[in-house]
Amino acid sequence: MKKLLSILPLLAVVIGIHLLTSATDTMYYLTQMTMSAYYSLLIIGLCVLMGYAGQISLGHAGFFAIGGYLSAALTTHSLIPYQDTTLVSFLDSAGLLLSGHDLYGEALLVVAPWVACIVAVFTAAVIAVTIGIPVLKLKGHYLAMATLGFGIIIYRVALAMEYFGEADGISEVPPFVLMPGLSVSGNFSDRVQNYYIAWGLLLFGMVLLLNLIDSRVGRALRGIHGSDEAADAMGVNTARFKLQTFVLSAVFAAIAGVLLTHYNGGIGPSEAGVMKSVRYVAIVAVGGMAHLWGALLMGIVLNFLSLRGIFGSYDDAVFGLILILIMLFAPNGILSLNIRHRLKQYLGRGKQDREGEA
Amino acid sequence: MALLEVKQLNKRFGGLLAVNDVSFQVEPGQIKAVIGPNGAGKTTLFNMISGTFPATSGTVSFKGSELKGKKPFQVAGLGMARTFQNIKMFNGMTALENVMVGRHVQSGSGFFASMFRMPWTWKEERDIRDKSMELLAFLEIEEHAHTDAASLAFGQQRAVELARALALEPSLLLLDEPAAGLNIYETAEVGRLITKIRDLGITVLLVEHDMSLVMDISDEIVVLCFGEKIAEDVPGNIQQDPEVIKIYLGEE
Repeated sequence: MKKLLSILPLLAVVIGIHLLTSATDTMYYLTQMTMSAYYSLLIIGLCVLMGYAGQISLGHAGFFAIGGYLSAALTTHSLIPYQDTTLVSFLDSAGLLLSGHDLYGEALLVVAPWVACIVAVFTAAVIAVTIGIPVLKLKGHYLAMATLGFGIIIYRVALAMEYFGEADGISEVPPFVLMPGLSVSGNFSDRVQNYYIAWGLLLFGMVLLLNLIDSRVGRALRGIHGSDEAADAMGVNTARFKLQTFVLSAVFAAIAGVLLTHYNGGIGPSEAGVMKSVRYVAIVAVGGMAHLWGALLMGIVLNFLSLRGIFGSYDDAVFGLILILIMLFAPNGILSLNIRHRLKQYLGRGKQDREGEA
Repeated sequence: MALLEVKQLNKRFGGLLAVNDVSFQVEPGQIKAVIGPNGAGKTTLFNMISGTFPATSGTVSFKGSELKGKKPFQVAGLGMARTFQNIKMFNGMTALENVMVGRHVQSGSGFFASMFRMPWTWKEERDIRDKSMELLAFLEIEEHAHTDAASLAFGQQRAVELARALALEPSLLLLDEPAAGLNIYETAEVGRLITKIRDLGITVLLVEHDMSLVMDISDEIVVLCFGEKIAEDVPGNIQQDPEVIKIYLGEE
């Protein structure tokens, strides 16, 4: 209940931003706010993995891409050539397929978005289990390198497979109709409702994760982060909890990937790139690792600025620089820098020095 | 029947025989101590009992069943709790939260139930909190319940660590050098707490360096030297044992 109350001010901010943009005729900002919300969904999931369970992943763009690409491919590649196979006709009769027409008026038969979404997220979860079991035995640098390797593989697969559109990616991804009158799509007329869909989902995800970290499971995870050995001695099956958290964060990433892909109407290989994974890690670090609110705030702010093109061609360089600066000056995140306190301390010291001289 | 039975236990690290053919039993309700000079193999013995690493040969039986191949979290689940020589607090968590982690095996909410705050987790969460507060009170540190555990004094951290281990409701409590790093007052205080724990009916097996603590509180003592058991007796007799005196005080 207290968790729900803590979300309310944020809900007010979300509505406030909508009203503000509507009043100042800057509604186009909502597009980037929507995209930032989806990226932030991935980031809060990664925050629980890194900050609370203490496991790094440099491969989360991979899970985002698995979600986005699978959903995109399944909902765009026509199954008409395979219409007569038993599998496709079975799926069709089970109501899992959608028929329609493409831009050129050709008949299309594709997987329904909600089915594609389930398949994509489930696949990401299965892959997370498969690589998580061996990889999570590693610690520190070794875990970072192994997850980096995973990210590189996904990137190259997306780039190499014709099914995933190679360097072009996949475009013309149809809207994801959640219910009549409510769909995840980039249509101009749906901008406001998509803003609320994305933010509603992000707030819901936030409530779930806040609940999680303040529970038996969350305490066990923080225990693992504090001391693997002591958590083990307390009866915590550390390997299983790490794996479950890894899968949970992969599922958050995959859901974000699916929805952002439907919102953008497409996905390209850059979404799977290693630089994206590094960016996510940097944002969690700026937010303060074990700080869900910090991760959320920084996820929104930095993604929004990046999407607005503030950093120009230096986009990735800026995130690299942020990572260096944070590690050097605020390893506990930017919110830990109590600027006013520091300033006071600094001024106070200056005064003392002068008195000392006199 | 003995609560814990260690039988012909061996541990070889390369060419070094760290624990050599050690056997002893721990009876329910007693405080038993394992002492010996540095490098005698005390901690190695401890780690084999708690499942941290496997023995080269020999067996450890707890409550009549062999622990072979069991991982530490499984051993903990059977009712054996432990503390560490260099206190391993969960940093970034309060003293209370540290103890609450100790309730892990006595509770069962998983990821799904925790995220959705299912109604059945409410009572469990309340029980975890109440029981943990009780234990902090039992060990006389409840006023520090909401303090970050890492910022407590060393002696207080010891007490939190004991409370955390007791939260498992263990039948056997393993204490790895509970007096390490403590001054004489704090050592006496820990000794008093250990006796208090034994009076709850919890069996205690401790490894210790500090002779004064061991002689005061133990019912029986096992003396190790270079991995071998050289004596096992009540404290009064151990103090008289010429071989033990030779090890501890050197030959005349």
